Parts: sequence; C-alpha cells; structure tokens
Amino acid sequence: MSRLIKVSGLTLGWDETVLLQDASFEVERGSVFVILGGSGCGKSTLLRYLIGLDQPMSGTIAIEGVSGEQLGFSRPEFGVMFQSGALLGSMTVGANLALQLTEWTQLPAEAVNVIVRAKLRLVGLQDAEDKLPSELSGGMKKRAAIARAMVLEPSLLFLDEPSAGLDPVSSFELDALIRSLNQALGLTVVMVSHELESIFSIADSCIMLDKASKSIIARGAPRTLRDSSADPRVSAFFNRRAVAPPVAPPLPLEVKP
Amino acid sequence: MPDVTYALNRLHSAPVLELKGKLTFDQAPGLWTAVSASLAGVTRAERLDFDVSQLEEVDGGSMALLVASRADLHRRGASSEFIGANAQVQKVIHLYRGDVKVGALRKRRARGVLDQIGNATMAILQEGQQVFGFFGQALFAALKLVVNPRSANWGEVAPTMEKTGADAVPIVLLINFLVGLVMAFQGAVQLKQFGANIYVADLVGLSITRELGPLMTAIIVCGRSGAAFAAEIGSMKVSEEIDALRTMGIGPMRFLVLPRTLALVLVLPMLTLLGDAVGILGGLVVGVLTLDLTITGYLQESFKAIELWDIFSGVIKSVLFALVIALIACQQGLSTTGGAEGVGRRTTSSVVSILFGLILVDACFTVFFHWVGA
Repeated sequence: MSRLIKVSGLTLGWDETVLLQDASFEVERGSVFVILGGSGCGKSTLLRYLIGLDQPMSGTIAIEGVSGEQLGFSRPEFGVMFQSGALLGSMTVGANLALQLTEWTQLPAEAVNVIVRAKLRLVGLQDAEDKLPSELSGGMKKRAAIARAMVLEPSLLFLDEPSAGLDPVSSFELDALIRSLNQALGLTVVMVSHELESIFSIADSCIMLDKASKSIIARGAPRTLRDSSADPRVSAFFNRRAVAPPVAPPLPLEVKP
Repeated sequence: MPDVTYALNRLHSAPVLELKGKLTFDQAPGLWTAVSASLAGVTRAERLDFDVSQLEEVDGGSMALLVASRADLHRRGASSEFIGANAQVQKVIHLYRGDVKVGALRKRRARGVLDQIGNATMAILQEGQQVFGFFGQALFAALKLVVNPRSANWGEVAPTMEKTGADAVPIVLLINFLVGLVMAFQGAVQLKQFGANIYVADLVGLSITRELGPLMTAIIVCGRSGAAFAAEIGSMKVSEEIDALRTMGIGPMRFLVLPRTLALVLVLPMLTLLGDAVGILGGLVVGVLTLDLTITGYLQESFKAIELWDIFSGVIKSVLFALVIALIACQQGLSTTGGAEGVGRRTTSSVVSILFGLILVDACFTVFFHWVGA
C-alpha cells in the first residue's frame, strides 16, 4: 500500500488554547484509519483540519492529489460524513444526493436519478429518496450521509463518529457497510471514533490522542495496542477501565484509648 | 429518635467527631451546623478525625459536606481523616474524594480592567474584519456569478421571493395604510387651523413616497425575512450543514447568500411601491372622512405634489435597504456558533444591526439627495 495522507508537525488550536501539539502521522491508501481517544481530546477537531475547514497553527497536511484549500470552490476529491449527518434539512434525501451531481457533472436529470437511487440502495435506503431528513432515524441519517459523501465516487472518505448514538444492531450494520465499501471499492476511510467494537471490527490502523499531553500517545493496529501497549492510558482505553483503581481500600480503624 | 447522632469525643489523644446510625440528606442541615461548630475550635497543627465506624449508611450530599469539612481543616493547617469506615461507607468516601490528599484551592484571578477593555476591543476588531471579509466574499461571488451565471442557485430565488415578498404583502399593506392614516390625522390637526386642509395630500404623499414607505417596508421585511435568514442560516451552521456544503465544493455564498440577496433586491422595491400606494390611500381616507375633501380633489393634489423622482428615489433606497437586510442577516447567520443559544443571539443581533444599517443608509441618502438638490 502507498501513502495517501501525510501529516507533519501539526499543531491545532485557537487563540491561546492548544489541543494537539506537533502531531505527525500517515494514512495508507486503501486502509481504514481511525483517530481515537477520550472525549474532548480533539478527534473531531483534527478531522476538521484534515478536511480543510480550519487552518492549523503550524504544520502541514498533504493529501495526495487533493487540496482542501479551495474548499467550496472546486469539485471535492473526498467525501465527508459529519457526526450529525448534516443533511440539508430543506431538501429530500434524494435531492441531498443529487445536489453534487448536478453541481459538478454534466449528467442529465435521468442519469442523476439513477445514480441517486443506486447509492441509496447501496446503503439500504431505497425507500427514503423522497423523505426529508427529519423523517429519518439517527442510523438512517448517517447512512444517507455516507451515500451523499460517496456520490461523486471519491477515493477517500472522512467519517466523524459514524456509530455514535446508534443501537448495537445499527452500529454493526454501519460498520459492515463501511468495511464492504472499503474492500469492494478500495476506498480509504479516515474515521473518528471511540466505539471499541467498531474500531476492532473495521480499523486497519489507528492513532490515539491524549487530552492531557496534547499529543499522539499510540499508533498501530488496534488489537496490537490492546494486547501489548505498555502505556497505561492506552491499555486502560482498550480494556475499558480507569487509569486509577476505582475504589481505594478502607483506612484502618483507629483504636480508642 | 434521630437516625444519626454526632458527638465530639475529647477522651482520645486527639478529639474525634463520632457519627452513628444512618445519615441521610434530610439531616444535612443539622449535620452541617454541628460539624461547623466542632470545627471552629480546632486550631493549626491540631487534629480532628471523623469516626464513622458506627455509621451504617451515608448519602452523597451528606458525605460531600463531611469531605468539605475535612478539606477545610487541612487547608487551615490542621489534620483530619475518616476512620473506621465500613466497606459501603468507604465507597462513598472514595467517591467524594474524602481519602485523598487535599490540594490548595485555586485562586481565581480577577480580570483587570485593561484586560477586559483589550479583549472587547479585539473582539470588535475581529467582528469588523469578519464583516468586511464577508462583504468582500459576497462581491467576489457576485462577480463570479456574472461571469458564469450557470453556477448560481437560481432554483432558490423564486421560492425566496414568494416567502419574503408575496407572503409579506398583507402586513406591508396594513402597516403602510396605518402609517398614512396616522400621518394624515396628525397633519390635519395642524393644517385645519390655517384652512389648509388640502395640503394633507401633499404632506402624506411626499412623506410616504420619499421616506416612510421605503423605510417602514424595509423595517417590516427586516423583522420577517432578515430574522428568518439569520436564524435559518445560523441553524444550518450549528448543525454542520454549512460545513457539509463546503466539503461538497458548494460555497455557502453562492448557494445561500446570493439567492436570498437577489430575491430581496427584486422583491423589496415592489413591496415599497405597494406600500406607497396604500399609504396614500390611508391619507385619502382621513382627508375624505374628516377634512371634507373629495376623492378626486385629494388625488389631484397628490399627483400635483408627487413627482416621478420622489417615487423613484424611494425605490432606489429600497434596493439599498434590501442589500443591507440580506447581507447583514446572512453574515450574522454564517457567524453563528454555540448551538441554539447562539442562533438566538445572532438572530437578535442581526435585527438590531439591520435596523441600525437601514437608518444609517436612509440618513446618508437624505443628506445626499438634499446635497444634490433632488
């Protein structure tokens, strides 16, 4: 596999707040790469910088053949699924998918409809084309958002917490969908998550961010990190336990004279 | 018989506050008073332990008070521990961090006056920078639209015109009619004294077409559509829809801002003309019913007083007013942060800013027209 994304010396934050300092990592083409860590460590913020919505304080993000600098002005080279789905609420699901096709291709309306239906069928939402986003459940919104992110056939997908807030069955189905897209289409998937089951089932490699040290504290395959990481923070995260023991032993009773 | 008893036992080498029974939150006020009284006499380097060996149960609130008392003792230089806790009570002690070293209280440093002034100044400058940046981007997007008309979101223009224009007709008609009516009444009282009843038509006609028609119509549209634009775009911003548009290569400027601006620029002059007409009608009703004027006489005097330029200058103003309403509302919407509260804040801010902008533009126009003698 070749390298698709190279991040060097990245420092993120705003004003005097630094979230992540001097972070460097690479993402292989065709892999499922997960950014993980506890709440508030800057996972979703890092994703915003990767897709070019914000500019870093320092460091570089190089995505081969892709530039986030012209965001909003040129045809996007990657797809993004936001945590909430971020479907345009005033449009039907079908119109949400058709928007980019009419904007960036010369396809006639009939062909646009064919592609929209095919993408919706791919994510199991063939009956939702004429529905408004407000009529969909949380899981359906996320699947619709993945379909929209894939509508221009990007080679790279960014997903922000796809399983968050979903029931175990919906979460499992979504993981299976992401894995099958990755395997069948060779899509590179960069995903933010802290859902362990999801991470173990679909991630090839990951980095773990730490809020306290504002740095990447682990990188590698999730199972390897779980089984062999010497860092107590990493081990605690993967084994679902607190870094400190939950209850201290009782103090000895003082003997009255 | 109380569920809990507490007593200060001084028989030990160091005094001990003994707690017995079941301590529930109902007894917290009594506990707090008793513990505070016991603690008051403890001086630096002394020790006061909490003997909880006979405490069967304790709830979280009561434990929080005990832990705070222990921390207070430590910070005063005394020492204190919970002793003899059973397993269940010890869990609650640990949960409320009653078994850890007491740290020093963090002192909150009050922000200095200069600091606050500096921050406020920077915030205003940043806001100004954002506003100018937004207007620059809007101009750039408009120029791109002229070069490549296909890139516009034309489909949004007609529905927006309907929402901001056609739907606003009833309220625009009503308000302008009442403004004309009120103005005629006020004028009539004065003009009647001089037998100049007929000049009510001049007063109402010129005031409505040159000034009040465009301004009142713009204020109504600001309240209806300006607030709606800011709230709608603000909601899209906080629900990540704007970010999603940007990642799809669709700039919010040409997809959201320009269609709304164009729709308002087309619709506001039309609403203004309607407002002018009903404003004059309001004056006519007062003239006919209270000043003994005839309909024909009132209209002839109005036509004599009002020149085409008077109506046209109002229309020019309304185009500028439309730009002020649409651009400020969209800018405020796109600057929204902080969830539902942020949407409310920006919506309020947009209405206030637009009203200020409308009055400012109106004043500039009035001075300019006076200066050029129009």
